[in-house]
Amino acid sequence: MPDRFAPGDAVRTSTADPAWHTRLPRYARGAIGRVVELAGHHPLADDRARGLPGTTQAVYHVRFTAADLFGDGDHAVTVELWEDYLEPADPQGGTP
Amino acid sequence: MSGDHHGSSAISEQVRHVEALLEARGLVDEGELDRRIDEFLAGGSPANGARIAARAWVDPAFRDRLLADANAAIRELGLSMSGGLQEQRLKVVANTADEHNVVVCTLCSCYPIALLGPSPSWYKSEAYRSRVVRDPRGVLEEFGLELPPTTRISVWDASAESRYMVVPRRPEGTDGLSEEELAGLVTRKGLIGTAAV
Repeated sequence: MPDRFAPGDAVRTSTADPAWHTRLPRYARGAIGRVVELAGHHPLADDRARGLPGTTQAVYHVRFTAADLFGDGDHAVTVELWEDYLEPADPQGGTP
Repeated sequence: MSGDHHGSSAISEQVRHVEALLEARGLVDEGELDRRIDEFLAGGSPANGARIAARAWVDPAFRDRLLADANAAIRELGLSMSGGLQEQRLKVVANTADEHNVVVCTLCSCYPIALLGPSPSWYKSEAYRSRVVRDPRGVLEEFGLELPPTTRISVWDASAESRYMVVPRRPEGTDGLSEEELAGLVTRKGLIGTAAV
């Protein structure tokens, strides 16, 4: 499968609150950020934590503004996220 | 999620129990886990990160290669991220007058052991992990690092498979120093981003 996102793409993170281990930090749920770069391809951590084989997929550095994550602050936070956690975001819907 | 990495005896007992089970079932040889951990830690020291930072200061082309593909660039110095079972991706970010970078692992305590040695206890503390993403400027001030208001702060959360290292800014007045002398100035906190050099 080709990578779904490329650097510069605006993405929205999942709002799901799974019962299992996930690597989408709670503070970055449901937030709009921008893909900085590809960080390789790895089995989805959520699958491996449940003893599943884990589908290998793209992992990206995604940059968020503190204002988008927390409602205030002037810094940025870059989180490393599996493709499963991300949906395309309407570029007009936010300005990360 | 446990925030206590400081020798909880309950955790230690669980670890010993799992290790005994793995050995009893023949999945690992006796003492193999200790040997693997020793191998993983061997050679891991902030001196490695300091060498990388000093080279980046004196060689702009190396700096460019380091920021573009850190795994390849550190091999030029005889270093690698392949001490564990598989090579870990390394992402290096460089501080400038305009931007300061700081590294955290909010979910656990991921850390580039090969380049920095074992992580300091504050890096693993719940306080650092939860607060530095929310208020990095305040946390850095508590470390004694006051950045100008015009310096943007970028926090890097090691939430997946990459490990991160910061190249601090080269101190002023160091033009006459050799690469080795420059490396001697670089601190572990500087390489994490909680101090300047």
